[in-house]
This record gives sequence, C-alpha cells and structure tokens, in this order.
Amino acid sequence: MKTPLYVIVLFCAVLISGSALAKDAINSIGMDKTQVTSQGDSVPPYVVSEKLVGVGEKLYKRRCGGCHSLDNNRIGPRHRDVYGRKAGVVANFKYSKALKNLDVIWTDETLNDWLVNPTAFAKGTSMGFRLGKTNERNAIIEYLKSLSSAPGFSAGVK
Amino acid sequence: MPNNSMILSSRRAFLGKTGKTLSATALAMVVGGNIRSATATTTDASQDIKILNAAIALEHEGIAAYQIAATSGLLDPAVVDIGVTFQGHHKGHRDVLVKAVEMLGGTPAEEKSLGAYAQELKASTLKNQADVLRLALALETGAANAYLGLIPSLGPDYHQVAAQMAGDEAFHAAILANALGQPIPKAALMFG
Repeated sequence: MKTPLYVIVLFCAVLISGSALAKDAINSIGMDKTQVTSQGDSVPPYVVSEKLVGVGEKLYKRRCGGCHSLDNNRIGPRHRDVYGRKAGVVANFKYSKALKNLDVIWTDETLNDWLVNPTAFAKGTSMGFRLGKTNERNAIIEYLKSLSSAPGFSAGVK
Repeated sequence: MPNNSMILSSRRAFLGKTGKTLSATALAMVVGGNIRSATATTTDASQDIKILNAAIALEHEGIAAYQIAATSGLLDPAVVDIGVTFQGHHKGHRDVLVKAVEMLGGTPAEEKSLGAYAQELKASTLKNQADVLRLALALETGAANAYLGLIPSLGPDYHQVAAQMAGDEAFHAAILANALGQPIPKAALMFG
C-alpha cells in the first residue's frame, strides 16, 4: 500500500517542528547554561548552569571543605570527577565497607539522595553530614558536575 | 618555633594511659554529662563509631594544621600563641571523641604523619601569614559546618557534644576572620 504524499509531508513537518521545540526548550533553561567540554570523544559533555556553579563553589567550600578537597584525599575522598564516577573507587582512600560495596554511580539523583541522608543511603558510612537544603544540594551537585568532564575517568580510579 | 605545648610525640602515650583509667562517670563529667555510659542509648552504636571516627580524623587534621602553621616561620609570635590555644581546643575535642569511641567499643581513628597532612593541605603553597590565616579560616568554617551537619546522623547522646564542638570551631572562625579583616556577615544563621 502506498503512503499518501500528505502523510509524508505531515510527518516531516512534525519532525522539523519537534527539533525546533527541542532547541527552544534548551534555550529556555537559561542564558547561563554552558557545556563542559569532555576530555574524551566518547564521553557526552555535561550541561551546567554557570550561575549555579558559582553558587555551588562557594557553598562547597563552606559545607564540604571541612573534610573534602577537590584534588587531595583528606577526611573524605577527593571530589574532582566525582560526578559520573562509581562510588567508593578513589585510589589511596580508605573507604568504609558501606561505600566499597555500594553499587552506585554518582549522578544528580544519587548525589542528592546521598546528601539528604548519607547513613540511610549507605548504612555504615563514615559520613554523617547531611545537607538539608534542596537549593544548596542542587548548587553543590552542579558545581561537582562542572568539575567532572569525564564520567568513568580512569586516572586514579581503581 | 619550638613550643613544648605543641609537641605531639607523647600524645598517644598520654591518651593510652587516660583511656584505660577514665571511668564512664568521669567522661560524662568531661563532656557535661552528655555521654551517659558505655552502654549508650544510641540506636546504632556501630554507625556512631563511624561518624565519631570521622570527627576524630577531622580533629587530627586540625591539630596538625596548627602544628604546621606554628612551625612555618610565617606567623607573628602573638599569632602563634593564638594558634597554640586553638590547637589545644582541638586536642580537647579529639580526647573527648576518642573516649566516646572507646566507650562504644570501637577503635579510634589514628592520626597520619605531619608530612601527609602538609601534603593534603598544600602547606607548601603558604607564603605568608595571611595565607596561613585563610587556610585556618577555611578549615575552621568547614569544621563548624561539618559538626552541625552530622548531628542529625548521630545518636542523641552525642548531639550536644557535637554542637559544643561546632561552637568552638565557629569561635575560631570568627577570630580568624577578624584577623583577616573580613566584615561581619550581615545575615543570621552563618553556619549550618
């Protein structure tokens, strides 16, 4: 059975308008959106809000800086490239069994749940710090995302 | 700058001795009666041990940071004196936390070498007194927030002592911010 021409035209029109709508949706996220360049061709770059990243950086220093640094393990493991990485795999950091056995990739959702209540997320973890404010969690996660251009990065990971 | 009050070498021996002789009652007195007994009423002692040990690790780092600062040659003598006093507070925190972990049947977290802390804190990048004060302020602010943030995860027996420690860290942060000439924050609820 032949497909009528008007059906083909209509289908193409839907595709074109759908693409335009998607572009509009991206633009509507905000002018401050930018892409973090991936270090590997096979890795999709993350889209982050520059404004939120700025807020997150300040909050990170105040809320997380007591125990964590970006590039050095301290009380807690280093955080650069944490977003997109499997939990409990930073080299030369002594994790609790809870984190070692945690089969989780750090994403917006898992980082959020972790920060809401880490001992509920991974019972037996050494991290008791809870970040109760949603806006603060969002900003810090966005900041960490901006520093994690290569999910599953290999350097320094077991 | 040598200072006998900051020599850490005898700390373990001191702790070992006191850890064996201090009774639960004495410990309760030390922390204002907040840690009730060896059979604490916490719902999950093993979880408390984990969190308290992370706090001990935090205090070890703070003690080391002030040691590194005091011997850096970058500080005025008066600033060293203040740092030594703050370091003493951190030693007091550590001792209370160590006893709490021991009472719960755990093994307290051990300190790392001073060199390891220096590397982790990038001490080699400190070039003057202001650099040292900024690092101390960042650590104290972070510590105050860390204690406040972990209170909900701790058993109720440890809430007040964690809040007391947060108060001390906030006090240190205020002094350090003042020394750096930072303005007083306009908004309330500066920590937590």
